[in-house]
Amino acid sequence: MRATATARTALAVAVVFILVSPVLPARADEFAALLSGLVSDSFPEKEKTVAALGKLGDGRALAVLTALKDGRLVKTTDGRVLVSDATSLIDPITGTDVSGVAADTADRIRVNNRLRSAIEGALGELTLFSSDPDARLAAAQDALRHPSTEQGVLLEKAIAAEKDPAIRAVMERSLSASRLFSGTKAEKLAAIQALGSTTDPQIKNLLDQFRAAPESDGDLRRAADRALSSIENRLRLVGLAVSLFEGISLGSVLLLAAIGLAITFGVMGVINMAHGEMIMLGAYAAYVCQQLFRAFLPPGWIDGYLIVAVPVAFLLTAAVGMALERSVIRFLYGRPLETLLATWGVSLILQQAVRSIFGSPNKEVSNPAWMTGGFDAIGGFTITWNRLVIIVFCLIVLAVLAVILNRTRFGLHMRAVTQNRAMASVMGIRSARIDALTFGLGSGIAGMAGVALSQIGNVSPNLGTIYIVDSFLVVVFGGVGNLMGTLVGALSLGIVNKFLEPVAGAILGKIVVLVAIILFIQRRPSGLFALRGRTAEAGG
Amino acid sequence: MGSAYLARGRESAWNPSFWACFLTCGLVLAVAIPALYLWTPPNSAAVPPDYLVPLLGKYLCYALLALSLDLIWGYAGILSLGQGAFFALGGYCMGMYLMRQIGTRGVYANPVLPDFMVFLNWRELPWFWWGFDHFAWAAAMVILVPGVLALVFGWLAFRSRVTGVYLSIITQAMTYALMLAFFRNDMGFGGNNGMTDYKDILGWDVHQPATRLGLYLASVVALGLGYLLCRFITSSKLGRILLALRDAESRVRFLGYSVTNAKLFVFTFSAILAGIAGALYVPQVGIINPSEFSPGNSIEVAIWVSVGGRGTLSGAIVGAILVNAAKTWLTGAAPETWLFVLGALFVLTTLVFPRGIVGLLRPARWIRLRPPDPVPAGEQA
Repeated sequence: MRATATARTALAVAVVFILVSPVLPARADEFAALLSGLVSDSFPEKEKTVAALGKLGDGRALAVLTALKDGRLVKTTDGRVLVSDATSLIDPITGTDVSGVAADTADRIRVNNRLRSAIEGALGELTLFSSDPDARLAAAQDALRHPSTEQGVLLEKAIAAEKDPAIRAVMERSLSASRLFSGTKAEKLAAIQALGSTTDPQIKNLLDQFRAAPESDGDLRRAADRALSSIENRLRLVGLAVSLFEGISLGSVLLLAAIGLAITFGVMGVINMAHGEMIMLGAYAAYVCQQLFRAFLPPGWIDGYLIVAVPVAFLLTAAVGMALERSVIRFLYGRPLETLLATWGVSLILQQAVRSIFGSPNKEVSNPAWMTGGFDAIGGFTITWNRLVIIVFCLIVLAVLAVILNRTRFGLHMRAVTQNRAMASVMGIRSARIDALTFGLGSGIAGMAGVALSQIGNVSPNLGTIYIVDSFLVVVFGGVGNLMGTLVGALSLGIVNKFLEPVAGAILGKIVVLVAIILFIQRRPSGLFALRGRTAEAGG
Repeated sequence: MGSAYLARGRESAWNPSFWACFLTCGLVLAVAIPALYLWTPPNSAAVPPDYLVPLLGKYLCYALLALSLDLIWGYAGILSLGQGAFFALGGYCMGMYLMRQIGTRGVYANPVLPDFMVFLNWRELPWFWWGFDHFAWAAAMVILVPGVLALVFGWLAFRSRVTGVYLSIITQAMTYALMLAFFRNDMGFGGNNGMTDYKDILGWDVHQPATRLGLYLASVVALGLGYLLCRFITSSKLGRILLALRDAESRVRFLGYSVTNAKLFVFTFSAILAGIAGALYVPQVGIINPSEFSPGNSIEVAIWVSVGGRGTLSGAIVGAILVNAAKTWLTGAAPETWLFVLGALFVLTTLVFPRGIVGLLRPARWIRLRPPDPVPAGEQA
């Protein structure tokens, strides 16, 4: 069925091509003449014909070659070549149905593997004329890989017929590449100039080849050098942009992981080593939501699971966090080291519990359709949707949190308890309740961070331990009790990490960052944005 | 911060009953266990299994590690979450010596390069491996490497008054960074496989029961000496200063004592103890790899100390041996439950038994200065 449909579209293209192509009449005969070559029984002869058909740049050849590849091209005893459909026989030259001609006299034209690969090559060239814009684009990009005189001729034809400016630009670039190796000197110079304004590493390689080629003279070499250096500059910029984006992306992940910690550690002074496990629980909540959607809801709804997972994860981890605060942490206020140990114990229990329930192997949470893929920002720099969504999500969380802290009654109470617990109690604030709610808020944000992390990696019981050291460092680096500091801390850590990676390698880069933070904390023990005044004094 | 207990006075720290207790424990460990091997008739039911001696030796090394943490945490209030790093560094120094002793008996039979270097196409021994074919050099490094690291790290930290939780976090970051570094193959320490397949130590085959017994006895002696040294430190005037700065650091500073120097000394000393523990540990378990640096290991040491009784030296030893014995038994009998038990231990000891086993056993000897007043959470930060 599918093959038939392709054949039909191909024919339709052929017809359109006939209508639009100004050079057609001259070519028509050539096409008809070439077709007779396919009737031959010799495979080399057929191969030659196929190659010539590819070079022809005639849309009708597309239908013929596709049919040949699919074994639907037949020859009649009188030497005509016809495209066989499920129901009809079509003359490729005129595009008319000729089923009336005795079908039983038609004989399938045989292909072998060699011929099949020749057909593939020819089709690749011909898809420059395909009706599918994506196929044309792919063919135009593909043409860059093997520039040649013939390729140039084809491209010229394709450019003349091309309506889409974006595809035409790509075709023109490939044409320039072809001219490098076949044009006149003036053409070559123009081509070099045109190629100099791109960012494609492939073009850089081509220009390198061109520079080294024996037939290039001084002028051409100098022009090539100029073009090369401008490409390199641009590539360097793209590299910078890539590092920056990856850094911001890592920073946003760190920030999501650390915001909750900034609340529990920064605002409440509680060292919650089980924070990483809250992240892990959030990620598992996303996994469970996905499985439930798969099992109980119509398949079209699956993309919605993420929307449901965020509040579910928040509520689940907030509940776990509040339970933890009420049952363990509240007895340990003012004893940070003991809190650290107790919450570490809780983290071990949570990890083992999840491992017992779900098993230790990684679980896969798939991106919803609207988060898969990405778009090409500038030459060779692809921004993936999931990373972008996480960055945006992280900013939203931060903004909402800032509003809660500064504009709501709960935020006011929270800040009051943070600054002076006794005074706040005297004013009628139920500080124990505020403690539980604050801890729940911090844990809930960790849960949402877990949902975000499930979108960029696998979910496993020790997901949290990967992030716990980093998120502590973010909070400590940014300065305790300060959301702005956490934001700056996370982003700068992420960006520095990503910029060090190409220089020093991923692991060494991380070590350098760790050592730098250790040294930094010793310079400024209370972080980048230190609290000043009375709260800052009562340390240790 | 912390519970405000003060150990009893210096004058009663070295009384006869202490010595009687200490020597009895020492004799049991040093004589009774070897005697079991030597004097029980072969094939009788009383013969202990072969693995018992290295297992006990391993516990004793852990006990020494716990002791080193208790000295700084229980007495000076420094909760180092990087104590395992010093332990592992000591272990690596010993591992390097043991690797050099393999010589031509390795898989690639290279007289100079250890197997993993041949495998990674190294041409010559890196400079930092120089001297590790001599036991004396390795022994010196076991003390120097953790000691110097602790000295530098501690100097940087204590000088700028990084205390409490901040110190815990940066020590944790230190051991994490070291773990990442040692996992790299091109560091020259065997990468993630670490170093193993040792042949002999000081000419004795490490697999022979007699050598194992010797290593075990060395661990007993090291633990005994370490204990006496720690006890000497904690019952000296320095020990009183440590206790004071644990409970009120600023006050001690204002009284004119050098808090930085006191902390630095005790931190470095404890790192050296941990390094020695690691060096004794490696030949008994037969392997050292970067996972010894993992932050989780270091935190686990804190729970040994907590269970036994923080601020009591014998408690650290008791806690390390008990928790590890439980771990050996449970990970064999019901591996699923071990992390639940360990987690519960963390929670329960901090919530319900903050003074640990030994602390519970001898309440009369402790003077309670003032009730642990809850500091408002925000003012901690």
